[in-house]
Amino acid sequence: MSVFDGLRFRKVSSPIHNLDPRIKFVYVIGIFVVAILFYQIIPLLILFFMQIPFVLLARVQRQWLRSLRGAAFLAIFIFVVNAGTTYFTSGYNLTAPNIENAAAMTLRFVVLVESFSVFFLTTSPDHLGLALEESRVPYEFAFAFTTAVRFVPVLAEEAQTIMDAQKARGLELEKGNLLKRIRNYVPVLIPLIVSAIRRSLELAEAMESRAWGATKKRTNLYLLTFRKGDYALLMITIAILTISVYIRFFGSAVPTITSFL
Amino acid sequence: MIEVQDIRYSYPNKVEALKGVSIKIEDGEFVAIMGQNGAGKSTLVKHFNGLLKPSQGKVLIDGVETTKSSVAALARNVGFVFQNPDHQLFSESVEEEIAFALKNFGFKPEIIEDRVTWALNLLSLTKYRKTSPFLLSGGERKRVALASVLAWNPSTLILDEPTIGQDHEQKEKLRQFIIQMQTQKKTVVTVTHDVEFVAECNPRVILMKEGKIVADGEGKEILTDPALLELSSIVLPQIAQIFSKLASLGFPKDVIDIYEAKAIILKVMEEC
Repeated sequence: MSVFDGLRFRKVSSPIHNLDPRIKFVYVIGIFVVAILFYQIIPLLILFFMQIPFVLLARVQRQWLRSLRGAAFLAIFIFVVNAGTTYFTSGYNLTAPNIENAAAMTLRFVVLVESFSVFFLTTSPDHLGLALEESRVPYEFAFAFTTAVRFVPVLAEEAQTIMDAQKARGLELEKGNLLKRIRNYVPVLIPLIVSAIRRSLELAEAMESRAWGATKKRTNLYLLTFRKGDYALLMITIAILTISVYIRFFGSAVPTITSFL
Repeated sequence: MIEVQDIRYSYPNKVEALKGVSIKIEDGEFVAIMGQNGAGKSTLVKHFNGLLKPSQGKVLIDGVETTKSSVAALARNVGFVFQNPDHQLFSESVEEEIAFALKNFGFKPEIIEDRVTWALNLLSLTKYRKTSPFLLSGGERKRVALASVLAWNPSTLILDEPTIGQDHEQKEKLRQFIIQMQTQKKTVVTVTHDVEFVAECNPRVILMKEGKIVADGEGKEILTDPALLELSSIVLPQIAQIFSKLASLGFPKDVIDIYEAKAIILKVMEEC
């Protein structure tokens, strides 16, 4: 559940928390694009370290580290698969550039996780919903999205309770071969899905009894406005994108670490 | 026997839910753990079948430390019925739901058949044998959850809020059932807010507040102590309320049982 922990918003005030979510999202997408543009380890390392000032400014380092730890399993998997395939396809030969390449692919994934983690850690579901609405997303969809985000920690907690209840009835999740282990999760998944559906029906009734959708034109208590910090972040994003595109398509080849050795 | 030796427990989010708790529950005892929300009641009972392991101190079940045993092994002797039945029901029929734990514990098919029939009968669920548990009402689902634990006949039974959503008849059945468990020398521990239910059963009461035990004794003593109960935001049972208001007329204060109350009132009426 630690991956979810890394995405859970906590209300604190910091320069990063106060940024406009739309600009923050543009920034995250910018990082995303740059991470996809490069497959060499040096630019990806730069991207990775570039996020750290944001994390420190937002004072979410502990949760951020937890989300990285949560992603560790998948990261290792990506590394092994990448290194493994080149190993088998290049005639059982593991070279330094191959390892560097596998590391770069892993780092690309880590960069994506870390930037999304910063975004979700510093953006409240309310702001997110507001941002969607002001980006002309129909309110129904924006609401569904924010509700889904909001219920992730609730579901994670519920999953824990269900696992406890089934363990108390003698279920051993870690027993048996891989297939058996997957089957062991059936008694956990069914109650989780059923109770999520039941919860959503109850939520719908509760919302309707509070006049959800009574008027077509809703007003909002808070409105999003661009401030200095937002323009600054937008500039940074544009700068990163321009430089990256230039280097990638018009610059000389990006050096690799092994080429220095 | 359950022995809890000065345990402390902190959740991963650093909230300390238990701050030094020691209790001893003998075989065949009936104990009600009461206290306000967040007092640590559920955290404490989750230590009894090893779902939680103490950060400090020891929990011994029949002399075995819980840290040295798996939940599945402990669950064989300590049955735990969770508050919300929807957190465990998943089978296609009530029958299969009840058989689930029996299969996990490796009972033989013919014994499973017997135990399922017995448990269905005990909780008046026989007519729902082949029904999907999801089609049952809230109270019925709660009974299926209870039956699914009773089926393997654990020597200790932990009930988390067993009376929620049950009508009076079912509560009375539950009470009768607990009495029956006691005659079989089985331990019953219940976590509850239902003062009237506790007053009717008159068990040993353990009162908790902010991760500590504030009182431990007979139900009759604790449930008639207004100062103690106010501390844990519990109201006196109705009979105790009447008798405490009549105390100035010479009535005894420590009455929670309806039959005892009736006898006292009749005696006073005769004297008049």
